[in-house]
Amino acid sequence: MPPLTAQHVTTQHDLENQIRDFLAAHDPSTVDRTDFLRARFDAGLAWLHYPPGLGGQSLSRDLQPVVEQAFAAAGAPDNDPRRIGIGLGMAAPTILAYGTEAQQERWLRPLWCGEEVWCQLFSEPGAGSDLAALATRAVPDGDDWIVTGQKVWTSMAHEARWAILVARTDPDAPKHSGLSYFVLDMTAPGVEVRPLRQITGEAEFNEVFLTDVRVPDAHRLGAVGDGWRVAQTTLMNERVAIGGGSAPRETGMIGVLADTWRTRPEVREPALHDRLMTLWVAAEAARLTAMRLSAQLAAGQPGPEGSAAKYAFATLNQQLSGLELELLGEEGLRYDDWTMRRPDVVDFVGRSPGYRYLRAKGNSIEGGTSEILLNIIAERVLGLPGEIRTDKDVAWKDLPR
Amino acid sequence: MSDELLYSEPEEELRAAVADLLSARAPWSAVLARTESAEPYDADLWKALGTGIGAAGLLVPEELGGAGASLREAAVVAEELGKAVAPVPFLGSLTATALLLALPGCDAQLRRIATGEQTAAVAVPFSTLPGNGRRNTVSVTPWPPKDGVTDARLTGRVTGVADALPADVLIVPADGSLYAVQAVDVTRKAVTSLDMTRVLCDIELEDTPGELLAIGYSALDEALTSAAAVLASEQLGLAERCLATTVEYVKTRHQFGRAVGSYQGLKHRLAQLWVQIAQARAVARHAVSATGDERAIAVAVAQAHCSAVAVLAAEECVQMHGGIGFTWEHPAHLYLKRAKSASLALGTAARHRARLAELVGLPAS
Repeated sequence: MPPLTAQHVTTQHDLENQIRDFLAAHDPSTVDRTDFLRARFDAGLAWLHYPPGLGGQSLSRDLQPVVEQAFAAAGAPDNDPRRIGIGLGMAAPTILAYGTEAQQERWLRPLWCGEEVWCQLFSEPGAGSDLAALATRAVPDGDDWIVTGQKVWTSMAHEARWAILVARTDPDAPKHSGLSYFVLDMTAPGVEVRPLRQITGEAEFNEVFLTDVRVPDAHRLGAVGDGWRVAQTTLMNERVAIGGGSAPRETGMIGVLADTWRTRPEVREPALHDRLMTLWVAAEAARLTAMRLSAQLAAGQPGPEGSAAKYAFATLNQQLSGLELELLGEEGLRYDDWTMRRPDVVDFVGRSPGYRYLRAKGNSIEGGTSEILLNIIAERVLGLPGEIRTDKDVAWKDLPR
Repeated sequence: MSDELLYSEPEEELRAAVADLLSARAPWSAVLARTESAEPYDADLWKALGTGIGAAGLLVPEELGGAGASLREAAVVAEELGKAVAPVPFLGSLTATALLLALPGCDAQLRRIATGEQTAAVAVPFSTLPGNGRRNTVSVTPWPPKDGVTDARLTGRVTGVADALPADVLIVPADGSLYAVQAVDVTRKAVTSLDMTRVLCDIELEDTPGELLAIGYSALDEALTSAAAVLASEQLGLAERCLATTVEYVKTRHQFGRAVGSYQGLKHRLAQLWVQIAQARAVARHAVSATGDERAIAVAVAQAHCSAVAVLAAEECVQMHGGIGFTWEHPAHLYLKRAKSASLALGTAARHRARLAELVGLPAS
């Protein structure tokens, strides 16, 4: 947390009083969880940087830890933020930026309280890195839109009540300008969610098939044709994983590997030793770089190193998990469990080496492929020329697919 | 601790002063021209840097005429020198200064270094891994050294010493002790060096008078560790300059009707290099800030990482410049030669990894 300014200190004091009064009126040990969270939202103590009436007080985001710590210390229930991450991190900021008053009042409170889970319907089988190529159609019909298409890589779709959706409303326009942004009711007829089994045997994600799903025009966010711009707001708010900030040495995969090397002398081989040490150095370099990035951010000098962090993390994780299997030899030939399951969290360290090797393959694909990240660094940081584009000014329907 | 990974304002001011000096006095064309001259080191530039800006006395306490600064400031100077592949004996002088600071009774010598009256160097092969400087090639009479008797005679040979050619005083490890020797009393033979901007020499001592400075090599190990830490920053600076030069070139060089920098085959490699340089900055900063047990680990990490990054940057610089990068008239070769030599200096990356394995409890067998 950055140093607090004098004004912050006053506000912090004021906040602490508010929380004390709130807790006096709503004893967390007796009040029902949902009632407690609703009351916290209504008191403006949910997300401080949101406006009054929508769970906040238009305060600085930096003060949020004050509230979280105070409620945690009082043993108050939280809104299980991991379960509603897409709602909190992606849907809510977009609703706040583009939603009408009615939309904000309808959606934000149950979203924050965790009563309604949200998911994101952006990626498609034919639109991964090139999101703006997406083909899911929304056709107007009276006061509704009829949505048809296929979405993929949707986590939480099987539990979600609502989805944020980008769909094509004008196939005759160039790809970026023919899109619109909607909120889709996941319980509506025509929505089918199927688990998408992945390389590890389990299914963290879903495919979502949309067949003539009715979406009221009142559930559109932003203007018709403005979907790309609205989606940018969503994606900019996607939580930037900076890779641990100030994690101790030998955190994560390198720790698993170092532990194996130390405790099991029988795996030691000269060639593997130098590879281990090369990766140990790479892990340490990545760790120190993440620390330097945090220090830059705290000192108000945000650097472009953030784009590099994910790329470095993905590469390192893949190399480490590959080496681990080689170290283990015969043991590396076994896998813990191919059973199709729906895991709540991705647990790298708790599963078998084979799982780690396979799951790490996703690290260079999910949330921006390594190739796209390198393009971003080359173009935005180094100022190299962009890719030659043949798709920008052509009607979407005329693009090769 | 994470603020130590950034640069302070005084450090940035020092950087600017060094950068201004180098851009005025050491453009690469001048550096290239000097490589085949009789004086491979630039004495005037060293004077301007050493005493004009105060780089020679950076580590020397203020009461002895120095700046009382730390390795962090020295590292910033080294970054800029790496960018220019400047032919000055900064690293060798810094190593000698760090060593003298750890020895008793060397105030007068340190004062002479800070004023620029003398330049010192440590007579060990440039390839020496810190902690491994015990290979004995010089013998001493009388032996063993006696209390009160500080005059000795040294005989032997030390090969491949960096920054000793322009030095006035040499600190010579011999038979387990450290001696100060006047450079005029030894024979220094310049080596035709892979790095033409940091020319090595072979040193012959024959019944050469030496002044006993200290018994034991522990201070030498520490000084070489400091040198290795600062060398990582020099490698960082070199890598940054190679990347910047290459990025500028691929934006302007056109083939097949496009800037070659618009091809992903080059863009991705340059982006990967940028990622590694960003990491090099973090590890190099940490290496010159760490103390206690952490220092040896931090320096080994920095050397293992930055050596490879500098070499990669210089190799990519040559390759992405195409034909012109292979010519003598283009500076790319000066950077390549400095980078590859620096990767062998003060222990190769592989040796630093082996050392690191001992330090962090990951034994080879």
